[in-house]
Amino acid sequence: MGKQLIIQPEKCMSCRTCEIMCSFQHTQQFNPRLSAVTVMDYESAAVSIPVMCLQCEDACCEKVCPVHAISRDADGTVLIDHEKCITCKMCVSACPLGNISFSPITRQVFKCDLCGGDPMCAKFCPTGAITFVDPAESADRKKAVAESFKEVFGEEGLA
Amino acid sequence: MNAWMGTILRVDLAAKTVKKEPLSMQDAHDYVGARGLGTKYFCDEVDPKVDPLSPDNKLIFMTGPLTGTAAGCAGRYEVVAKAPLTGTIGAANSGGHFGPELKFAGYDGIIFENASETPVYLYINDDAVELRDATGLWGKTVYETTDALQESLGNFKISCIGPTGERLCLYAAVMNEKHRAAGRGGLGAVMGSKKLKAIAVRGTGSVTVARPEKFMEAVVDARAKLKAHPVTGTGLGALGTEVLVNIVNESGALPLRNWRDGSVFDQADTASGETLAKTYLVKKKGCYGCPIACGRVTNVPDGPFKSFGEGPEYEAGWSYGADCGVTDLAAIVRANHLCNEYGMDPITLGSTIACAMELADMGVLPESDVGFKLRFGDAQAIVDLTEAVGKNEGFGKELAKGSYRLAEKYGHPELSMSVKKQEMPAYDGRAVQGMALEYATSNRGGCHVRGYLTSPEILGIPLKTDPLVTEGKAALLKLFQDLTSFVDATGTCLFTTFGIGLPEIAAEYREAVGTDETDEEILLKGERIWNLEKRFNIAAGVEKDTLPPRLLREKLPSGPAKGKVAELYTMLEEYYALRGWDKEGVPTPDKLTQLGI
Repeated sequence: MGKQLIIQPEKCMSCRTCEIMCSFQHTQQFNPRLSAVTVMDYESAAVSIPVMCLQCEDACCEKVCPVHAISRDADGTVLIDHEKCITCKMCVSACPLGNISFSPITRQVFKCDLCGGDPMCAKFCPTGAITFVDPAESADRKKAVAESFKEVFGEEGLA
Repeated sequence: MNAWMGTILRVDLAAKTVKKEPLSMQDAHDYVGARGLGTKYFCDEVDPKVDPLSPDNKLIFMTGPLTGTAAGCAGRYEVVAKAPLTGTIGAANSGGHFGPELKFAGYDGIIFENASETPVYLYINDDAVELRDATGLWGKTVYETTDALQESLGNFKISCIGPTGERLCLYAAVMNEKHRAAGRGGLGAVMGSKKLKAIAVRGTGSVTVARPEKFMEAVVDARAKLKAHPVTGTGLGALGTEVLVNIVNESGALPLRNWRDGSVFDQADTASGETLAKTYLVKKKGCYGCPIACGRVTNVPDGPFKSFGEGPEYEAGWSYGADCGVTDLAAIVRANHLCNEYGMDPITLGSTIACAMELADMGVLPESDVGFKLRFGDAQAIVDLTEAVGKNEGFGKELAKGSYRLAEKYGHPELSMSVKKQEMPAYDGRAVQGMALEYATSNRGGCHVRGYLTSPEILGIPLKTDPLVTEGKAALLKLFQDLTSFVDATGTCLFTTFGIGLPEIAAEYREAVGTDETDEEILLKGERIWNLEKRFNIAAGVEKDTLPPRLLREKLPSGPAKGKVAELYTMLEEYYALRGWDKEGVPTPDKLTQLGI
């Protein structure tokens, strides 16, 4: 099992570096609309949330594809085979999270492919709002909770 | 298209026509983009003697070649016009996401000509471009205008003016995405004089670069250095530009009470970045593609100054803070938010209030004119007077003209702490000698972002120089001015230059546009831009390079620079000589020929 993308919206400062790096990686163009990751910005709530495919274990896109163009590789990444794809766009409708898109520029459907194992969004995110981690080690939030317990109940300098 | 979209929009506001014309690639090559290219178009087309608020002034929005690419902090666009506050060339740039969106729509820039009789806004949805009625938006604030346009159009990026721009307030700003400002010189008033309320843009296209792989190598290198540098990687993100408050104050360079009471403020920390982070900071915010994230989302949750918005920046925090002798951070935050909402430059407005406070203190500004007893340190006053300018009420009508015209009206123009009628920001030139020369020679009047010598003189970037000496400052300033001109012209944020410099940004530029010019040849383009601006100002009849008498004659009473005045005239002659200008500061024909102007 490969690593997974983890989103921490509290760290996102809506610079959209992830979007332009994603679009460049896949098209050599800078265009947020060719990006598989999109940052949703809620100004009045002062929060921004990067949204992208998180590679469902039980993937609707894979199931709905009539020509079996969507499959899973050894790392668990859900990939589109553009040789087989007939661009019927059923997957766009089927994804409950809206994480498959159709591009009027490339005339193809596209989704996050984890950049072949080194996702650019995570690599260039300036704040760590998107990280790419081993699921067994993705305990950042547990750690944060544990640390707040430590603050309250722990004592310093015992060791 | 090698980083360019290749198309300029030319909008005649009187005839209500929109034409698409090819970008002048020769000018783009010679003047880089944004500030340089916009100024080149402007100077070619407009009489320097033009009245800034007449229909004959043009208003240009211009992106740079790096705008919209992955280059570090390359989200900027420049607004160019003759500035109503100063009568100089006016060029102000802004971040956010508006500039990139304009390129995604397929345009490098927009040239607005003449004036409309009724309020309009420019609608740009990829290929569809048209002027639309804005009667219903006239009178609305920046926030209201942005919300109303996004409500009716959807996910468009909005650049607009507030009611102060409509009323030709001399320091009205052009605002995009509510909180980002092309702030200085009153370009919002030029927009208002043309009855142009807003530009709404949505673009779905791509920006490409000439040599993608090499470009990305340059980007990766630049971004790694920005991340590793303590200022761009840590300081500005954690504490915003207000990180400077305590540092500048410790250097004895934080001007206090209209620069009257020296430049050491024992209560500076009340409005520092550290204090803001502990109190009203909600989150940090980055512009397009920005790893620095100096933006501050701030919230004063309750009390008389309850407010939600963005900022302040260091200079605004100073103008409303130390310059007015105010220590209530909530009031400073609120006043800054009001500036965004009404579309005003907080450096000029805060400084104008500070000037009024001194005039009142001297007894030459009657209480009856203000409507209440105005005194330094009054937190309520900075908020109320800012609102009064925003709403065009009472004494706000006088403040709307800036400190020079205010001080002149009351018989003391020397108390306007301005150069070429634009207020100097938060670094005392008596304690930072290079900044004194910078203010005096800036092509847009009193301004800190035309050659930021605070960086070497106080922060020690890239090398520490003694802020109290004049030796070597002329050469250093020339270098900083030329480099800044180039960086602005690429569409890159000037703040990158704390962490990276000419080698990195020139590398990004080379690979983006596909040139093999050397760093020196590229820097020469910055010098070309500087000289073009200066030539315009000379032809416009702008006053000579000098400083307010207070900086030249009144010694600092305390701090590390105690006893110092600004030694401008020991630096100015050398500066002109290094520039290849005559003794009056006029670019010589030889120099202009050498630069191909």
